[in-house]
Amino acid sequence: MQTGESPQVKPKRRRLVGFLLGGGLFASIVAFFYPILRYLVPPAVPDLGGDEVVACKTGELKPNGSKIFRFGSRPALLLLTAEGEYRALAATCTHLSCTVQYRSDLHEIWCACHNGLYDLSGRNISGPPPRPLENYQVHVRGDEVVVSRKRGA
Amino acid sequence: MSLTARVRNWLDERFGWKELTEPLREKTVPVHRLSHWYFLGGITLFLFGIQVGTGILLLLYYRASANEAFESVQYIMTRVQFGWLVRSIHSWAANLMIFTAFAHMFSVVFLRAYRKPRELTWLSGMLLLFLAMGFGFSGYLLPWNTLAFFATKVGTEIAGQVPVIGHSLMVFLRGGEEVTGATLTRFFGFHVAVLPLLTTLLVVIHLALVQYFGMSVPPGVETRWKASPAEARTMKFFPTFFLRELMAWYIALGVLGALAALSPWGLGTKADPFASAPAGIKPEWYFLFMFQTLKLIPAKVWFFDGEVLGILVFGVAGLVWFLLPFFDPLGRGRGRRMVLGAGIFALTYILAMTVYGYVAK
Repeated sequence: MQTGESPQVKPKRRRLVGFLLGGGLFASIVAFFYPILRYLVPPAVPDLGGDEVVACKTGELKPNGSKIFRFGSRPALLLLTAEGEYRALAATCTHLSCTVQYRSDLHEIWCACHNGLYDLSGRNISGPPPRPLENYQVHVRGDEVVVSRKRGA
Repeated sequence: MSLTARVRNWLDERFGWKELTEPLREKTVPVHRLSHWYFLGGITLFLFGIQVGTGILLLLYYRASANEAFESVQYIMTRVQFGWLVRSIHSWAANLMIFTAFAHMFSVVFLRAYRKPRELTWLSGMLLLFLAMGFGFSGYLLPWNTLAFFATKVGTEIAGQVPVIGHSLMVFLRGGEEVTGATLTRFFGFHVAVLPLLTTLLVVIHLALVQYFGMSVPPGVETRWKASPAEARTMKFFPTFFLRELMAWYIALGVLGALAALSPWGLGTKADPFASAPAGIKPEWYFLFMFQTLKLIPAKVWFFDGEVLGILVFGVAGLVWFLLPFFDPLGRGRGRRMVLGAGIFALTYILAMTVYGYVAK
């Protein structure tokens, strides 16, 4: 009789078979979902020209005027103060990433989304923004206004 | 009480889970030497599921415009991790799905599973096959490569030869007089919205009908079982047949993965509407038998245009094939023999013309 032979052998074999089957299925599922998870991660887009950019020509901005320009893959704000000084800042609000604007009537930088206010050096002075805006360096080279990232920043 | 049992109880208390799932637990599958043909429909359904999944993945990166479509597919295949695999699986599974759908259809014809009371199951299945071919035709254009561009030009031109409504049909399909970016947008809309909606509805109807009538037993086996009921054997659908079906799906997935990895689908060159058609333009294999037939018909037969005659013949043949179950009961066995003959003829014709289409220059 087969059943009376060795009562311990059968469950052991069954456990082995179960382990092989379950392990095989598990491995297949991993092999199936791993590529999908990797596929879902978008390839990194190289940040081209993100270090230095010509924001505008001299004379394009009037005192107390401003302009949004492209700095790498994000917008930045160039403004000419009433005193005739160029300032460049990141234009992405530190609150929830709306693009800020210069308010010539308030002489301040304002975010329309949630009424955040920054002063002209980018400090968050009112409303929800948690951090100041990043400052960039501005040079006038010939008739071009060149904006670059601050070294070590 | 285990967690699953508690969840089941919870559902049961609210809307009678046990009664709802009763038919599935009671469902049986007949066991005989032709039982393995029952797997084909399920495999086709599985491949459709793969298409939905990989299709959604492709939508994450694909851009449907004449300027960007080719580049976005190129991007998927070269930059996105495992993008080549996802696209390759989508293309291979599409072809395998059409193949298994055809095999399923012919198995139904030769096992006479279409006969009363299952005529509606056959009709819904035939509509699903047309939709699958529509998926193939519209999806073929989406990478916007040269082959697809000309295949679409020819395909829509043929649609334009249909008497009376042809021209309007062609303009509707193309979104204008020519195949342009407008065609691509349209085909994209058909491919990812219209066809999936119709297909999902029909699949539900098809499966509900299969469930309602139960599995058909081939007539030969049925008479034997009627003569000696002791011989009749069945297996439970859950879990016996279902696990076997899962095994078949697992094998299908293996075949699919192997094909996609070892023979990745190519992309070709970007379509240029103002370049000459390259040599060896061919449609997808499942349209090849029709394409080859049209090539063989002379330009003028009696007072018909060759193309128009071909389309009429295929139209009538398709309609007869669609209505196949209704010919079966005619004339005490005459109808049955006619259907069998039509099945053998169709299978031979499609095989022969497909092979011929591949061999012919």
